Amino acid sequence: MPKSRFIGLFQIELPTERFCGKVYFLPSATGKITIFVPIAVLRQTASFVQFAANGFRNMKNNTHTMQKLLLLGDEAIAQGALDAGISGVYAYPGTPSTEITEYIQHSKKAKEEGIHCTWSANEKTAMEEAIGVSYTGKRALVCMKHVGLNVAADPFTNSAITGANGGLVYLIADDPSMHSSQDEQDSRYYARFAQIPCLEPSNQQEAYDMIRYAFDLSENLHTPVLFRVTTRMAHSRSGVELRECRAQNEIKLDPNPKRFILLPANARMLYKELLGKQAEFEKRAFSDGFNRYEDGSDKKLGIIACGIGYNYLLENFEGGKCPYPVLKISQYPIPREWVKKLMRECDKVMVVEEGYPIYEELIRGYLDESGKILGRLDGTLPRDGELNPNILAKALGLPKTCGEPVPDVVVARPPSLCVGCPHVDSYTALNEAMQEFGKGHVFADIGCYTLGALPPYNAIYSTVDMGASITMAKGAADSGFLPAVAVIGDSTFTHSGMTGLLDAVNEKTPVTVMILDNSTTGMTGGQDSAAFGKIEAICMGLGVEKEHIRVLKPLKNHHEENVRIIKEEIAYQGVSVIVPRRECIQTAARRVKAAAKAKSEGK
Amino acid sequence: MKTDIILAGVGGQGILSIATVIGRVAVANGMYLKQAEVHGMSQRGGDVQSHLRISTDPIASDLIPEGKADLIISVEPMEALRYLPMLHEGGWIVTNTEPFKNVPNYPSDDALTAALAKVKNIVAFNADALAKEINAPRSANMVILGAAADKLGLAYEEIEKAIRAIFGSKGEEIVETNLKALALGREQAR
Repeated sequence: MPKSRFIGLFQIELPTERFCGKVYFLPSATGKITIFVPIAVLRQTASFVQFAANGFRNMKNNTHTMQKLLLLGDEAIAQGALDAGISGVYAYPGTPSTEITEYIQHSKKAKEEGIHCTWSANEKTAMEEAIGVSYTGKRALVCMKHVGLNVAADPFTNSAITGANGGLVYLIADDPSMHSSQDEQDSRYYARFAQIPCLEPSNQQEAYDMIRYAFDLSENLHTPVLFRVTTRMAHSRSGVELRECRAQNEIKLDPNPKRFILLPANARMLYKELLGKQAEFEKRAFSDGFNRYEDGSDKKLGIIACGIGYNYLLENFEGGKCPYPVLKISQYPIPREWVKKLMRECDKVMVVEEGYPIYEELIRGYLDESGKILGRLDGTLPRDGELNPNILAKALGLPKTCGEPVPDVVVARPPSLCVGCPHVDSYTALNEAMQEFGKGHVFADIGCYTLGALPPYNAIYSTVDMGASITMAKGAADSGFLPAVAVIGDSTFTHSGMTGLLDAVNEKTPVTVMILDNSTTGMTGGQDSAAFGKIEAICMGLGVEKEHIRVLKPLKNHHEENVRIIKEEIAYQGVSVIVPRRECIQTAARRVKAAAKAKSEGK
Repeated sequence: MKTDIILAGVGGQGILSIATVIGRVAVANGMYLKQAEVHGMSQRGGDVQSHLRISTDPIASDLIPEGKADLIISVEPMEALRYLPMLHEGGWIVTNTEPFKNVPNYPSDDALTAALAKVKNIVAFNADALAKEINAPRSANMVILGAAADKLGLAYEEIEKAIRAIFGSKGEEIVETNLKALALGREQAR
């Protein structure tokens, strides 16, 4: 039975080192409240009383609305943001962040209150739109996957200088082990780079609670906050207790009229303001309860456990009771006081980070070879990939647990294009048209069609980042490597392909651009595409000649015609755009099902 | 009480419908639950798995450690075997034997049957065939859940109650079909 279900007994775990111990509240029927305080806790400072009272008030409020929902980490974040009073979510789909915006799109509250939740064209436009919301004093949540932050790096970095007016939270979902990504970059580096606070929850409840805290921190310290999650946090489900909702902010401009005008003279001042806030950022990471020092009796080892690394650590000890002192980290910059204490009291210190060894390297220093700091850099933990309980067990010297080996009959089952997928027909036609030119001439992009790199298609030779198909094809054509064909999806085209196409038009570079239009953002599950119904108009607007914009029907019975058209456009020594257009088989099936359901309900 | 379950299958087979039922029972009974799912690229016909942990005590990790799973519930036979390293010595596999062949080098029926036979604790049968027998071809997942029902550490009536709650909006007929599929699977496993 969970402790929170005890009738009439509230328990507050005090999450800071200064206030260790537990306090019990026993409300009586008459409304009197008895507080049980262990002597060890009583010895501590008076501010604790205030802290406990606040905690109790929160809990009392909760009893009116307390409701336990089974939520994905992403959904807990979305619900947390709705309850924290956001006026909008701004995002471009990307695994593992997509479900946050989708949850808000499906929420009743968002509809009733007109909370913005339409997908943006890309992560940069999303972030800038959100900065505009913050400018007005309202709260905005921005969501994207880790590589999306590369696209939004310009507004991201500069919004650290402007600071925030209304609460501004950047939710960045990292993908260590690259389950659905081309790299495993660690967004905590970005937070350090921009010198803004970073939060990293270790479980779904914390994710829910911390998102409101993130908005408060943002408004109190006038700074955007980077909220980092990783794949397992985003895509794991657990029970979450909700708090009361609060209202959106009213429009109220920042008292500093120069805050958002980054002229050099202003920027120099605002940058000093940002530098001046650094000590406060660290202080908050010490005092606000999401980091804590959990003492242990065995000082042979101390452990700094960041994000969900903390869970993998505790999994290895019965009842989660780790014998070593543990510094649990969910807020950065890491408080130096606690790191010093751990370094002072323990023989060795292991740094557990789900991602790059950022703090391990910082604490160790570049030249340290003493062997005191353990982690990803000295091989105690693997240098790459996500962590799990077994990796922690090995690092702790605990016995290895493993079942029987995988039998030989088990073969790999890579993802593949769906049966009936329009991309299959596009690739079949393209492969035939390209046969005479040999290998290496097709540059592709990010989306379902990236699976065209695998057998049986083996149709594409590059996938680097969103939009790079057109620009790499242009570069290859500039080098004289012809023909140069780009393959890009409709949503990826409006995300980052349009500007590259303009470069090619301006130089009349001989490239053939195939925009595979399945009328959705397919790989992430079928979100609305910003390109819908606009592709030909966009291409013509950018200056592609009308007669070299060719629309195909990617179907088997159009194969011969499609091959002919592709060949014609490859032969053209200028920019041509071919648009094979047929709806994604998944969204089409969903639409048919929904229509049938509506029809039957109508009857 | 604590049960650690690996749910296995191929992207698109709907293993999460099994998780939804078990999750509902756990939450309705005030238990803790953690369930790590696979979203994104692998969903396109690749191998997918979900780590489902239910317990009367708090759960630390979202992932089950290797060699610690109590149960592998799989809707596809080769996928059941893929997670053998996750299973502890006394753990069980409950799997459908209906293969999903979308790779050219999928093992032969004989090789697969032989590999399944080598597993110490296993319940393996063709759930698709059974589901068709009761005219419920889309309830094979509930047949498999039924076969695993006695190994979950949950009361059977609670599982029935969860199915009623989840499928209730789709009409009494669908509820009854799924309950029948559940019972059939349970019978098969005994």
